[in-house]
Amino acid sequence: MRRWDVVSGVAWRTLKNALTNPQIFLPTMMFPLFFFTAFAGGLSQLREIPGFDFPPGYTAFQFVFVLLQSAAFSGVFTGFGVARDFEGGFGKRLLLAAPHRSGIVLGYALAALLRWFVVAAVLTVVAVVAGMQVGGGAVDLVGLFILAMLVNFCGFFWSGGLALRFRTIQAAPLMQMPVFLVLFFAPVYVPLELLEGWIESVASLNPLTYILETGRGFLAGDPPHALAAFGLAIGMGVAFWTWAFLGLRKAEAAGA
Amino acid sequence: MSSWPQVGAIARRSIVRTARQPASVIPPLIFPVALMTVNAAGLQASTDLPGFPTDSFLAFALAVPFIQGALFSTMNAGTDLARDVQTGFINRLALTALRDWALLVGQLSGVVVLGIVQAVFYLAVGIASGVDFASGPAGVALLLFYASVVSLSFGALGAWLALRLGSGESIQAMFPVLFVFLFISSMNTPRDLIDVEWFQTAATLNPVSYMIEAVRSLIIEGWNGQALALGFGFTLVIGIVSIALASSALRTRMTRT
Repeated sequence: MRRWDVVSGVAWRTLKNALTNPQIFLPTMMFPLFFFTAFAGGLSQLREIPGFDFPPGYTAFQFVFVLLQSAAFSGVFTGFGVARDFEGGFGKRLLLAAPHRSGIVLGYALAALLRWFVVAAVLTVVAVVAGMQVGGGAVDLVGLFILAMLVNFCGFFWSGGLALRFRTIQAAPLMQMPVFLVLFFAPVYVPLELLEGWIESVASLNPLTYILETGRGFLAGDPPHALAAFGLAIGMGVAFWTWAFLGLRKAEAAGA
Repeated sequence: MSSWPQVGAIARRSIVRTARQPASVIPPLIFPVALMTVNAAGLQASTDLPGFPTDSFLAFALAVPFIQGALFSTMNAGTDLARDVQTGFINRLALTALRDWALLVGQLSGVVVLGIVQAVFYLAVGIASGVDFASGPAGVALLLFYASVVSLSFGALGAWLALRLGSGESIQAMFPVLFVFLFISSMNTPRDLIDVEWFQTAATLNPVSYMIEAVRSLIIEGWNGQALALGFGFTLVIGIVSIALASSALRTRMTRT
């Protein structure tokens, strides 16, 4: 059995569970749509604030945040599935059956990515129907979606690493709260220059700020710090990849 | 046996059970405050918009935790009661002389107590953060009373869902639906400043907007009779309808055969 067989088997099972179980699928799909609707609809007047300068408009400004948020949370929610599998004993059977155990983690990661593709497709269609303006070209949009894919990997490898260590769904708040905080400590509603007080200091230190600004820049056709954003996303991805595989070693050592 | 000791026993059980579950107590306290803090910092710039009713977004946003906390009450009340249905506790109660309404009132008492604890916590956070209450001490007292009425109404809604669905997982799955009502409201922007027409219409039709605005009026305006009447009115309508539905569903659940 090749590694790909393990990867595809785990990914297929996880994806099927995620897409056919409404209790798992609906939160993944509905929360980004709620946030997009509430932010783009309810806060659009913020574009009138002096100093707010984003030519494609407020809908596009919020689309990028919600796209990155959906990418991160598709990864985190897949981590919940890992915890559930190990809590219920399925993870132990996976460890016994898979000749290439790294394929288990990669399979879950692939499922997280494919799951996010579904959410991203619906979100993009809704945004376009809602009148989102796009200033960037095809290359810019590819850049935006690749950046979001990297965020998805980071979200999954972070939560998957925790799931493999704790092996219980009770670790769910620990998986999602830090991600939630990192996302909301970025310039969510207005550009960084318009933030004031403690949030401005925190947002300036938050790596997601640069990823978010670059994502918005791609949509506007003028990404401000593309190299730094990709560097940060890849760097975090490698760190969380290591974190997840060390978690796998812990699960193996514990006999799951 | 008079019904009041029955109410007392069920209420005590409901309160103790809630107090013994940190997962039921801590998130309704922490999450709404965390969301308010983040939103207040990120949206402070919106107070520069012409016509924004205050120069402190924190004061504007302080109303939201009261309603968000009540949404958590819905989930908690529903999940606890659904667990009673799932474990057969309701069936065992049906074998006793317990009155249906005593079970419902007792159960909701626990929700109201938690609602008041939440409200006191949010008030303390607001006051510690420097928010002035334009309506003064009397407004604070009215706010606490309103918080208990909102908790009762949403708790009854949760109880009805639990008795109808009979499963804790189904109640949890309703959470996103309840969240829609919070997000599609005037939680972050006054309704007259929302310039997307459909959103403004949806927020105007959403009773949660009026509940938030009632609390907000006490904090930033003082005494606004219209806002208070609308807030109390919608809350009472939701409460009366939910209690009627929950009572009917409970009668079905506790049918003695």
